[in-house]
Amino acid sequence: MPSQNSYRLAVDIGGTFTDIAVANGDGVVCATAKTPTTPSDPTEGALVGTRIVLEQLGIGIEAIGAFVHGTTLATNALIERRGAVVAGVTTKGFRDILEIAYERRYSQYDIDIDKPDLIVPRSRCFTVPERMNVQGEILTPLDETAIDRLIAELDACDAEAVAVCLLHSYANPAHERRLRDLIAARRPGLFVSLSSDVSPEAREFERLCTTVANAYIQPLMATYLARFAETFAAQGLQCPILMMTSGGGMTTVETAQRLPVRLVESGPCGGAILAARVAERSGLDRVLSFDIGGTTAKLCLIDDYAPQTSRNFEIARAARFIKGSGMPVRIPVVEMIEIGAGGGSIAAVDSLGRIAVGPRSAGSEPGPAAFARGGVDATVTDADVVLGYIDPERFAEGRLRIDTQAAEAALTRSVGTALQLPPAQAARGISQIVDENMASAGRMHAVESGKELGGRTMIAFGGNGPLHATRVARRAGIGHVVIPPDPGVGSAVGFLDAPVSFELVRSRYARLDTLDLDAINALLDTMVSDAAAVVRSGAPEDALSIHRAAFMRYHGQGHEIEITLPDHALAESDKAVLREAFETAYSAQFSRPVPGMSIEILNWSVLVSTSATPVSGEATVPRGRSVKPAEKRPIQCDVTGDMVEADIVFRSDLRPGDTLDGPALIVEPQTTTLVSVDFALSVDGHRNLVLTRREGQI
Amino acid sequence: MTPDITMLHVMWNRLLSVVEEQGQALIRAAFSPIVRECGDISAGIFDLRGRMLAQAVTGTPGHINTMAEAVKTLLTLFPVEAMEPGDIYVTNDPWIASGHLNDFLLLMPVFHEDHVIGFTSCTSHLVDLGGKGMGPEGTDIFDEGLRVPPCKLVNAGEINALLVDIVKANSREPIANEGDIYALIACCETGSARLSGMMAEFGLDHLDPLADHIIETSRRGTLAAIAEVPQGVYRNRLMVDGYENDIELFATLKVEAEGITLDFEGTSGCSRYGINVPLNYATAYSVFAMRCIIGPEIPNNAGSLDPFRVVGPEGCILNAVAPAPVAMRHTLGQMTPDLVFGCLHQALPDRVPAEGASAMYDLPLRNAPEVAREGGDVFAIEFVHNGGTGARPAKDGLSATAYPSGVLGSQVEISESVAPVLIKRRELRPDSGGAGRMRGGLGQHIEVESANGNPFLLFLSVERVKYPAMGRAGGQAGMPGRIRVGDGEDLPSKGEVRVEAGETLIFETPGGGGFGPPSERARDAVARDVEDRVVSAHVARASYGWGSE
Repeated sequence: MPSQNSYRLAVDIGGTFTDIAVANGDGVVCATAKTPTTPSDPTEGALVGTRIVLEQLGIGIEAIGAFVHGTTLATNALIERRGAVVAGVTTKGFRDILEIAYERRYSQYDIDIDKPDLIVPRSRCFTVPERMNVQGEILTPLDETAIDRLIAELDACDAEAVAVCLLHSYANPAHERRLRDLIAARRPGLFVSLSSDVSPEAREFERLCTTVANAYIQPLMATYLARFAETFAAQGLQCPILMMTSGGGMTTVETAQRLPVRLVESGPCGGAILAARVAERSGLDRVLSFDIGGTTAKLCLIDDYAPQTSRNFEIARAARFIKGSGMPVRIPVVEMIEIGAGGGSIAAVDSLGRIAVGPRSAGSEPGPAAFARGGVDATVTDADVVLGYIDPERFAEGRLRIDTQAAEAALTRSVGTALQLPPAQAARGISQIVDENMASAGRMHAVESGKELGGRTMIAFGGNGPLHATRVARRAGIGHVVIPPDPGVGSAVGFLDAPVSFELVRSRYARLDTLDLDAINALLDTMVSDAAAVVRSGAPEDALSIHRAAFMRYHGQGHEIEITLPDHALAESDKAVLREAFETAYSAQFSRPVPGMSIEILNWSVLVSTSATPVSGEATVPRGRSVKPAEKRPIQCDVTGDMVEADIVFRSDLRPGDTLDGPALIVEPQTTTLVSVDFALSVDGHRNLVLTRREGQI
Repeated sequence: MTPDITMLHVMWNRLLSVVEEQGQALIRAAFSPIVRECGDISAGIFDLRGRMLAQAVTGTPGHINTMAEAVKTLLTLFPVEAMEPGDIYVTNDPWIASGHLNDFLLLMPVFHEDHVIGFTSCTSHLVDLGGKGMGPEGTDIFDEGLRVPPCKLVNAGEINALLVDIVKANSREPIANEGDIYALIACCETGSARLSGMMAEFGLDHLDPLADHIIETSRRGTLAAIAEVPQGVYRNRLMVDGYENDIELFATLKVEAEGITLDFEGTSGCSRYGINVPLNYATAYSVFAMRCIIGPEIPNNAGSLDPFRVVGPEGCILNAVAPAPVAMRHTLGQMTPDLVFGCLHQALPDRVPAEGASAMYDLPLRNAPEVAREGGDVFAIEFVHNGGTGARPAKDGLSATAYPSGVLGSQVEISESVAPVLIKRRELRPDSGGAGRMRGGLGQHIEVESANGNPFLLFLSVERVKYPAMGRAGGQAGMPGRIRVGDGEDLPSKGEVRVEAGETLIFETPGGGGFGPPSERARDAVARDVEDRVVSAHVARASYGWGSE
């Protein structure tokens, strides 16, 4: 067994780069590396990066006591449609669950929309005679004589994987399991995903979609994960590999092979986990994490140091990030909203003469016009260059040439000419619009979650987060911003703090007043032992924490509120306690409860996880030192629009306790922090940059 | 200070985000299933003169224009000078609010630094207002439930408790109604707080420069879009099932430089039953259809809506006047886009889709009355399902998809968990999409039984059982809808149906019409349709000559 003091290593394989981070036994990040991702065999890039950090530390791979892996492979396979040939099997009479979906157009005024491509065409949708009712009682037994025809149909369409979703299988999986056994007996090479395993929740459309997504990537991911584990074992790795999941926890390779859909979108979770840990260290109980990269901005609400979670996610939304335009999956996810607003987002003037920014992005190729690699459209980065916030000499440590004149020309071309604005004014307009869009997205997300944005602390990171943080914060009514150390590294560092965990959700409809306590206690006990078994396989000895919850709503409503259940078997007296807890939570969201209305429960959830390592307490901060700037440079003030002299400070020169007032730019290798004129900066004991709005300083 | 142009754009964006927030707040707190499933709400911000500046894009088009007009009407009744902070006004008058009694409209003045600078307004569908309820059986508006004339719902922050009690006392769902009224109040308050917060943040003391900018820019953009439509007069006639007799809808669309006028002159008179449509509601769906084709990217506000004018002779079924019954005004209201498209197609032959199923198949089911008397399970549920949309000039129609409404179809597992029904089948209906170069979307085939051995009732008010969705430009009609119980006779599109225990209710929703001659359909598209079995081999042969070449 590795000792308590051994190293933890995280590998985050993204589309472009593979990031590695290592923490020592005290939980301090002691080495990082960034290497190009090797798409034909991603394991190779991971191995290269791992060797680099091991060399930096002068240790062998056997010194690694914990290994966490996150990858975009599952997500990309779904987006780029590189998965298996999947056939769907549903109950007779319900062949078209996928195509009928919710019968809705995702865009009200667009009469030319296409419905999302849900992977399995009608010609590969098959049915079998059987039927359960809503209680899971068998109305029509599974017709086993139908298996011959089904096998013939699967053969005829060259299916490589099968997604089975029978009606009400969340209540009784017997028919699905029997069908799997019958298929396995005839065609042992087929991958079979059962909806009762993948997503045992009511609503056949989402359950089938989730099962299809799982089946689609299962052959690919099973092969990849086996190879990844073998390769590292052959190098001498002695600890098990744990996989990062979309819910922000880790699970075993075996579970990931069985339920690969749970790996989807696990990468960005690392950022939310990082923000949650930063929040906990600084005692910030209401936080908005704000991650802006080149193409998108991702926002997550973090209350009491836990990122908001959800059970809905949409894969591969149509280009404009429109809700309903992607493939819905129901898995536990860290709830983030993603909007098409980043450094590369392209600005244009719309048919009404208004500036519009994104979601189209110049990406990394050709990139913003200022990168002088052929980009001609004005982007957010071009605006930031012209506003003076990006120092051409120091961008990306001087490795990338910044062409200010090209940025100005692009601003004139894309915006200035149409609106008769000089480049500086066009840049200001673009900045205002994109910052407003990001603040609006945050406000909307908060409202949809029944929460407020104002009064939160923003924790900003990503390549463009620190640059736009104060501008967005001001518009969102946020007066407090934290920029953690190494804001460009992000996810891999977050992975190091993730617990081993597994979450299960099951549907069982009940009215609170007439709840069958014995049945529900038995259901929850089974769920806890199922989830604990998964966690135990990755964390044999750690103490486990168990969180049980019911998703409750007033009868007739569509929106459910998650209510934590007590830690004991439910008793008659708990009904009143739960009613009160629901009404308190309801009032917090909607001002007032609805007396006399009955309460119903559709879903039950269980989350079993290892306890997170406790955070170190507030570090002592030495006496304040007022920082002397290294130099000054002219920038356009983002509040007044006037030209002002901003202090230039290198982050590496800052130490805890340092303070300065805006306007200033804090420069570090992968990003720059803009300290606006109405913000004051201090450096806390964790080396975070803390920006506080000075009221009245406008 | 006069804000510069980019600041105006930022503030415009902010207003659009405020109304979306308002809308979300209302949908989340709503009790009425039609609200949360279909987003059947509206939320908007108005300037001091009652001009609409922004409106949330919500699930159904039934509130486009109606709210803008309603606010103007309320402001003539209640002078601004008499308004106090915390006042909220209300009405559900179908001819002021949104076409039937279930829609409650609220209006709240927004105060900033002690004076009114604008208004927020919202509309939401309440579950039940008494009377004969949601169904076409009422013979006048008094049969249909409680009408609340324009009055104060909240007086300087204090709720008019008597009014709320009256609404509750006249409803089968008093608690849900109260919850929905509170949701509406919260929506107004959210919008009001956000708007005054914005005034403070941007240092504004009135909205005029912003309002003028939004309205003028939108009007200019809309007129530019209209200028791309060839000027002229276009006429169309659409036959629909109606209730006691067939109904002829007639439209004359006049396209001029300064705007478009739609006139329903020639349309049949009112029905004895509650399928009549107040003009405000017919206008909402008609303007929605025009805006889908002309300037769809321009947000709804006084400037973008003003160039569209809709008129009709009083007493025709698309301009029903009190006391006509109007509870199911959406059935025919949702047919008006096909009426309008028939005109627009003549002007823009490559832009307008063929006719679709259009009116949604909302199917309210209830236990038979004796079940309640005998102590059995009482339930009321409204399934919503749809047929196919019309083929587009360059794309097939969408199967089982709502248009023009934005409703969500019900999921089988959820329907069976909340009502004692068993759904035996729900699949696409092969061959129901009209043949054409582009094929119409398919309808669906649904079978429902009682799950507990008790009979149940169905209240029908649907369309296109007699008159199918016609094709365009040589495309063929989609299959009409079809409703029956077991082996029984086909039923008409309106009326009450009783389904005994052990019987199966079968309904098939209509397919959309095709676009262009079927002979021009790409061979691989026909092959794919046959492989997917959305078109059967014999229909492929008959309609497309499949297999004969």
